[in-house]
Amino acid sequence: MGLYATTTRRRIAAVFVLLGLVALPWGMRLIGQEFYVSFASRVLIMALAATSLNLVIGFGGMVSFGHAAFFGAGAYCVAVLAESGVTSAWLAWPAATGVAAALAVFVGAISLRTRGVYFIMITLAFAQMVFYLVVSLKTWGGDDGLPLLQRSAFGSLNLKDDSTFYFVVLAILAFVLFMLDRIAHSRFGRVIQSIRENEVRMEALGYPVFSFKLVCFSLGGALAGLAGALMANQAGLASPNLLHWMQSGILMVMIVIGGVGSVFGGVVGAVLLLVCEEAFVEITPHWQIGLGLLLLAVVLWAPLGIAGLFGWGRNRE
Amino acid sequence: MSEKLDLLLDVRGVSKHFGGVYALNNASLSVVRGEVHALIGPNGAGKTTLIHVLSGALPCNGGRVVFDGNDLERRSMHERVTLGLARSYQITNIFTRLTVLDNVAMAVQSRVRDWGSSFSFWKPFSLDSAIIGEAHALLAQVSLSGMANRLAGQLSHGEQRSLEVALALATKPKLLLLDEPMAGMGPEESERMVGLIEHLAQQVTILLVEHDMDAVFRLADRISVLVGGTVIASGSPEAIRGDAEVRRAYLGDEVA
Amino acid sequence: MTQLILEQALNGLQFGLMLFLLAAGLTLVFGIMDMINLAHGSLYMVGAYLAAEVTQASGSFITGVGVAMLGTGVLAVVLEVVLLRRLYARNHLAQVLATFALILIANECVRIVWGAQTLMLNAPDALSGPVRIGGFLYPSYRLLIIGVGALIAGLLYVLVARTRIGMWVRAGASNREMTEALGINVRLLFTAVFAFGAALCALAGAMLGPLLAVQVGMGESILILAFVVIVIGGIGSIRGALVGSLLVGLVDTLGRAMLPAMLRALFSPEVASSLGPALASVLIYVLMAAILFWRPEGLFPARA
Ligand SMILES: Nc1ncnc2c1ncn2[C@@H]1O[C@H](COP(=O)(O)OP(=O)(O)O)[C@@H](O)[C@H]1O
Ligand SMILES: [Mg+2]
Repeated sequence: MGLYATTTRRRIAAVFVLLGLVALPWGMRLIGQEFYVSFASRVLIMALAATSLNLVIGFGGMVSFGHAAFFGAGAYCVAVLAESGVTSAWLAWPAATGVAAALAVFVGAISLRTRGVYFIMITLAFAQMVFYLVVSLKTWGGDDGLPLLQRSAFGSLNLKDDSTFYFVVLAILAFVLFMLDRIAHSRFGRVIQSIRENEVRMEALGYPVFSFKLVCFSLGGALAGLAGALMANQAGLASPNLLHWMQSGILMVMIVIGGVGSVFGGVVGAVLLLVCEEAFVEITPHWQIGLGLLLLAVVLWAPLGIAGLFGWGRNRE
Repeated sequence: MSEKLDLLLDVRGVSKHFGGVYALNNASLSVVRGEVHALIGPNGAGKTTLIHVLSGALPCNGGRVVFDGNDLERRSMHERVTLGLARSYQITNIFTRLTVLDNVAMAVQSRVRDWGSSFSFWKPFSLDSAIIGEAHALLAQVSLSGMANRLAGQLSHGEQRSLEVALALATKPKLLLLDEPMAGMGPEESERMVGLIEHLAQQVTILLVEHDMDAVFRLADRISVLVGGTVIASGSPEAIRGDAEVRRAYLGDEVA
Repeated sequence: MTQLILEQALNGLQFGLMLFLLAAGLTLVFGIMDMINLAHGSLYMVGAYLAAEVTQASGSFITGVGVAMLGTGVLAVVLEVVLLRRLYARNHLAQVLATFALILIANECVRIVWGAQTLMLNAPDALSGPVRIGGFLYPSYRLLIIGVGALIAGLLYVLVARTRIGMWVRAGASNREMTEALGINVRLLFTAVFAFGAALCALAGAMLGPLLAVQVGMGESILILAFVVIVIGGIGSIRGALVGSLLVGLVDTLGRAMLPAMLRALFSPEVASSLGPALASVLIYVLMAAILFWRPEGLFPARA
């Protein structure tokens, strides 16, 4: 796999895609499909969540099957704060990020003692714990979830307007991607990728491997929490579905389709998956068979995902 | 031999068993600062196990290890490297999917003692010219300069063994633990490795596990003989050559 | 009170033994092929649906169970030969994803064939009444499940511990290369173990069908429990799977029954009624995290 390297061409492409995304709300208004602006926000938020998981799995090599816990924690944090009157995004969103990060530190500190399959399963177990705890709490809405009566207040911007909300989400995603790209090329990013390649050797070179992994895991958790905060705002609800293990699975599917260990893998996967879903659900209610077959095809024939197919992923020879 | 010598490593009565099998049984040996100390012994004697115990890869079941004045008990693998104890592996253990330069750069970077540096998230590594420069210098030292941008997995066996040593060396250790650096090498490559170790011996203390007796007698200042998990003799090459017990237990016809 | 505990303990035993039927196949596949199979729960679901369908058509529960085991076993052979085989050499992420895809496909296929409604599977009439054990009445069907579960557990133990096939399986779980060196046809062994595990899954699905709802998604919740079991027990170990199953079955059942009452003694009714179910439902996950904290390779590591 080697160490991640962004080429100039890739950066230029990213800028063009970004410009296209900025123009999207106007485009939709032009063709009278404004409904899709809200949908696009949802796609970008899922892209952010998938990107955060890609940091953990793709760069850190830690196959976590419990990422939904952090995603959901962020959403519930915003909804619970709103219930108690804290509606400012400047407070609620960092709080959601912080709560998810703290949860990730706790889960990571215990889970990272185990290896391989055991790690996959213990992260799943923690996510299940969070899921059942939240669902059984009547005060947080149980199975129905906790509604968020209105979107967070964001300075002078009116997030109730779908386009404005979309731009805020886009800005956050763009910043996180930029940050991830920096991290991938930084000393920390190189260390974490080398740990993915050969953990024992890194320890024998004097790196405190556990600490590096924990920091990476927690950073991923924190970003998932931020995505969760945005998701609660987008949907107007902190839903238990966000915590469900299927959600963890779907996020994994996204990064595998998009490209594990590629900065843009999460985005590519999320866009592809959700747009396909949107398109196919119209045609057949059984679109999940199609998704399953697509996923099988990717795993069997394109293990580096779409990014790998086009050579966007890692260093090439 | 004088007892006033400056001991860098003192292994006292270390034992290690796997289930019922004793790989190390009350093994003791000491390495003096500045020397090349060879550890020899038949296959399965426990040499690699001792290297694992010294580097912290395996916990021992008894005994003490003092390195440079520090008791190593309960010190993790990476802490020991920070104290100046580095190792190479008998079975090549490198980053096969990284370039040769990245391999060594990663090792050089580990030495930056101030951890803030490796926890640096923002500055692109490609601007770390000091690290990259040092990595190139190390590659030159092990004659791998021409290979810097190849993937490590594509190197020949002998080149990988050199890279293995370079990784250990890059941490600037006080004591270098080399586990059969010449394993699987042809005569020419071995000769080059002996030259490299001779050269390194001027900068760093070395504990060398090796099967090739010619190399051992050429390189070693002192030799310890491990048989069945116990050190049965330690001394100068001449003394070891003449030791009746060693001849019986191990050297036998080989050096007769 | 003791009667309640006793009854719940029997329920726990019954649930634990059924979990064991799933966990046994899962842990062997896991241990021998080093393969995470999330679709194991789907085989359980398919087994339950087949049993319900055939029982209704033929009017015989036993026929239903038999056909379910056979049909699921055949399906498993096809799956193994066509797909899973290609995944053994892949990493865990690829295995998780591919078998996750199988779950999606299986659920949707079941929905197409049987619709989205819950299916009814009735226990045989002869076993619909309760029996008296000691001082209390206990459903006879549940007793049958305990009997069948215990029988299978015993058979499996003899099979794995005492027979030549079992020796290969154990050898395969602890050292694959060695098994191959012994000249055993590992491919065939893998297929056979997989099909056998699937048949046990189907048995569990058919037996639990009358107690739980036969519906799409039934496989996933029990799959996660089965994973908890084998991780607690130590992957690849049949003994670990048995101990883990009983532990999980008992802790979960007793926890749900007793915890709310115990909490009421400690907290206000209001707190207890919201905390009780919450704690009860996470108890086994706490158990698993605690066990992995102390023993990161489970209670009976197969590759010690
Ligand atoms: N992980 C292990 N588990 C069980 N036995 C081991 C293990 N590692 C080494 N041994 C045993 O310990 C003894 C010493 O092995 P080793 O240290 O590799 O010998 P050497 O390096 O001197 O050839 C051998 O008998 C070997 O079989
Ligand atoms: Mg050895």
